[in-house]
Amino acid sequence: MRPFTYNRATDVAAAVEQVSLNKEAKFIAGGTNLLDLMKIDVMHPQHLVDITRLALNTIEDTANGGLRLGALVTNADTAYNEKVEQRYPLLSHAILAGASAQLRNKATDGGNLLQRTRCYYFYDKATPCNKREPGSGCSAKEGFNRIHAILGTSEHCIATHPSDMCVALAALEATVQVSGPNGDRAIPFADFHRLPGDTPHIDSNLKEDEIITAIELPAKGFEKNFTYLKLRDRQSYAFALVSVAAALDMDGNTIKEARIALGGVAHKPWRNTAAEEMLANQPATTENFRKVAETILQEAKGFKYNAFKIELAKRAIVRALQQAAKLEEGA
Amino acid sequence: MQTKYIGKSVSRVDGPAKVKGEAKYIAEFNEREHLHGYVISSRIAKGKITKLDASKALALDGVVEVFSHQNLPRLAWLDLSYKDMDAPPGSPFRPLYNNKIKFSMQPIALVVAKTFELARYASLLVEVEYEVEPHITNLEDNLDKAQEASGMRFGYEPPSSRGNFEAAYAEANVTLEESYFHGAEHHNPMEMHATTVFYEKDDTLTIYDKTQGVLNSQHYVAMIFGLSKDRVRVLSPFIGGAFGSALRPQYQLFLATLAALELKQSVKVVLTRQQMFSFSHRPITLQTMTLGASPDGKLQAIRHAAYSETSQFENYLENIVNWSGKLYSCDDVELEYKLVKLDTYSPLDMRAPGAATGVVALECAMDELSYKLNIDPLELRLRNYTDIQPGSKKPFSSKELRACYQQGAERFGWDKRNPQPRSMQEGHNLVGYGMATGIWDAMQLPARAKAVFTADGKLTVSSATADIGTGTYTIMTQIAAETLGLPLEQVTAQLGDSSMPLSLLEGGSATAASVGTAVMYVCQKLQKNLLKLARNLKNSPFAKAKLADVLFEDGNMILKNDPEVSIALTTILQQNDLKVLEKKATAMPNLLKQSRYARNTHSAVFVEVHVDEDLGTIIVKRVVSAIAGGRILNAKTAHSQILGGVVWGISMALQEDTFMDHTFGRFMNHDLAEYHVPVNADIRDIEVIFVEEQDKVASPIGVKGLGEIGLVGVAAAIANAIYHATGKRVRDLPITLDKVM
Repeated sequence: MRPFTYNRATDVAAAVEQVSLNKEAKFIAGGTNLLDLMKIDVMHPQHLVDITRLALNTIEDTANGGLRLGALVTNADTAYNEKVEQRYPLLSHAILAGASAQLRNKATDGGNLLQRTRCYYFYDKATPCNKREPGSGCSAKEGFNRIHAILGTSEHCIATHPSDMCVALAALEATVQVSGPNGDRAIPFADFHRLPGDTPHIDSNLKEDEIITAIELPAKGFEKNFTYLKLRDRQSYAFALVSVAAALDMDGNTIKEARIALGGVAHKPWRNTAAEEMLANQPATTENFRKVAETILQEAKGFKYNAFKIELAKRAIVRALQQAAKLEEGA
Repeated sequence: MQTKYIGKSVSRVDGPAKVKGEAKYIAEFNEREHLHGYVISSRIAKGKITKLDASKALALDGVVEVFSHQNLPRLAWLDLSYKDMDAPPGSPFRPLYNNKIKFSMQPIALVVAKTFELARYASLLVEVEYEVEPHITNLEDNLDKAQEASGMRFGYEPPSSRGNFEAAYAEANVTLEESYFHGAEHHNPMEMHATTVFYEKDDTLTIYDKTQGVLNSQHYVAMIFGLSKDRVRVLSPFIGGAFGSALRPQYQLFLATLAALELKQSVKVVLTRQQMFSFSHRPITLQTMTLGASPDGKLQAIRHAAYSETSQFENYLENIVNWSGKLYSCDDVELEYKLVKLDTYSPLDMRAPGAATGVVALECAMDELSYKLNIDPLELRLRNYTDIQPGSKKPFSSKELRACYQQGAERFGWDKRNPQPRSMQEGHNLVGYGMATGIWDAMQLPARAKAVFTADGKLTVSSATADIGTGTYTIMTQIAAETLGLPLEQVTAQLGDSSMPLSLLEGGSATAASVGTAVMYVCQKLQKNLLKLARNLKNSPFAKAKLADVLFEDGNMILKNDPEVSIALTTILQQNDLKVLEKKATAMPNLLKQSRYARNTHSAVFVEVHVDEDLGTIIVKRVVSAIAGGRILNAKTAHSQILGGVVWGISMALQEDTFMDHTFGRFMNHDLAEYHVPVNADIRDIEVIFVEEQDKVASPIGVKGLGEIGLVGVAAAIANAIYHATGKRVRDLPITLDKVM
């Protein structure tokens, strides 16, 4: 770990200013990912602006019936918040499917959005990685890519975004509230993370000197028909090979609206709204679920060790939708 | 035999100290001032260092020195000096010896600084350039380079074929040939490897080293650095797991000692979790099983061939194929074991080395055969059961495997199994029952122990052995308390110090039998001595008593025939004007007696798995492990030993795999986020049954050892249960969901 300087920000404007004036500065909150990456010299900011004392740690109702999650509320406090549990249980389930209790106690909601990929090559400086060192090459494409992406990959990067929480937020169509030197703006969740393209070193559309202040959930919480299904190599404390956040708005057995977000398959939580619309005003049947699963994975491309994810994702989508629609088992 | 402590559920005597944080691990000796070393690891797998410039690191205030091949002092030059007690045949790796790179993550320099953080930072400033040479790291692509495994190593038995496999196989009605593969596993104990060397005022070294053999580390350091053994004291009082990784001195011991001697200062070196993937591992192995049987299920021919990896510099040897010649009655057996040299570090014993993997192939093949024969898998084992070890034709010193099969099957409910694969289902889950047999050697090694009994009634027993979390402290305490009839609280066990009486490596499941016997012997010596002292007392009621006539109970010596007659042991000392009684004893295995018997532990493992029919997710719902492991010294720690073995079996079957990227010749998932071992959520019901055996041949104390047997067979039973659940036979471990979905 390289030496760095540190200061504690007293308000959002000061924090933004401190980072905008210093290209080598980064915000730190829970630090559950940044500190690890600093220890192995994958990230090496020269200055850290500690934002943990900013007043961004509350969960409040919004005027339009939604909920505003302060960026510094911990993942644990969010998952176990009564309003979140009752109105957005999909989000609770997704958060609790991730990491460990200890990490969720420390990690913040804003930080969760900004965690880096878990690609082995990104973590190992002995190997080339375009995300770590732009232009050095992608070792994963021809390497051990069992945990890598099957959708939206580029020749420069096949890494995935590791978050569970973000998969639920994508399905719920949250909005990310950010503050920067030029004021505040709101980023729809679908536009927050990026595909790798030829700039895999840039994970999100948040500018370097912008800070996340809150995540806003719209009123619609799909609290009746939802599932977060996470498939992984062990029952806890493992990143998703494939995860599915399924949310249905149902009228009897008819689906009014369907949301399906996938984790573990792309550089960002993956949605295909055109495919989701296929389910609108359709009966909840396994056959219909299969069709939408096929459509979502149509463009998927597997690599040597992760081609199984394509079929796995399809089956996971079907299962998640069956569970969300509360279909009888095997129906 | 009525006992007070032996066999009972005694909680670990070191438990409170561990829970309170008073038990110090190697990196926790912080009171005395010391420097910190940080290891720089090679980026490449093979080649040469062409430049190593440490000037920027050395320019930092507080950086003391950077050791590399460029400034290594003259050390021992014979290979023999680098050979530790557990070294396989070959030329041991010498850290920093020259500019050659032999494996990825090879230590190439040690940065020594005033703080750990500074040493780690300075390591980033050391400029290293390499000349890369092509490496080979892929076992399967290099089978043509395989050589017959040759050489000798302690505990290694060259495979010996018998009869005429070819002829017997040609005659067999039902045949089977399949190959089985498993990847590398790294030990990954909770505590990282570490060494703290205190440079004493009198130029001696006090070394705290994570080791399963303090005498091995002492010997290694003394030989390489040309020190007399009285200048080197090695301690390893508490070990946060090892599983075999600390049987050989690892490179942090060399580096910390080198730095301490050169700088004449105390130095600590702790490896990072990533560096825990830079040395020993369970070797990647490819096995082929060929079985021939008669229609009624009698094995007629067995062939077991294994290709296993080793390094370019040593031939790591373990007993992989031998078990196939020992477990079942069969006259015609062919065993073959070959090594492929790769550009990796030498593999090393990992819990049940060889058996953990070899028995997987044998027991999966037996399961496959059972379906071909349409015979219940358990029944197939029983039809080939043997009370005489085939090959050697020796009787077993004890073998309650039949009872293990019977009691395990009953407890598990094996009779509820529908023999048809993919026939049992609960919701989306396919349910499977599988079983397998386990086998390991019962070993007793020479060991010495010392006992010191003081006039205040306290007894201290010691031996230079190790407790890697298995409970050695506790069983030593129990045996001593039992033998001398003292309350447990009056007895203290000491270990992990090279100044204590000899004990060899803590491994192979031999410690309880070896050290346990030595402790029993030394306490029996004390008994004799105490009786002698008691007899000599004035008007002694024990004047004519022989050892067989007295009992030792509750701190007293009692006449068996007249229990009213008793004397406190402390009184015996006081009346003899003695403050202390001290004895040493040596327990040598009775080789003559032992050589007439085959000595093994056995197990029968029954497993229920649930496999999601669409998603391939696998849950091991239940495990029943029935163990025939001789005498059980402590019901609680023995139970824990087997639980741990079963958990590792689940890990081996479903999760553990260090993945080598052959482009870089480097293990890539080198941290605990991506190298998976089970978490609590993965572990469901595990039941352990001990079928006790009376066995004074295996060791005088009756112990056969439990360290390995709990693991052997578990992965095979799981693989077999997965086949029964799904109808899919997976022959490469770990069985991840993609292989069964």
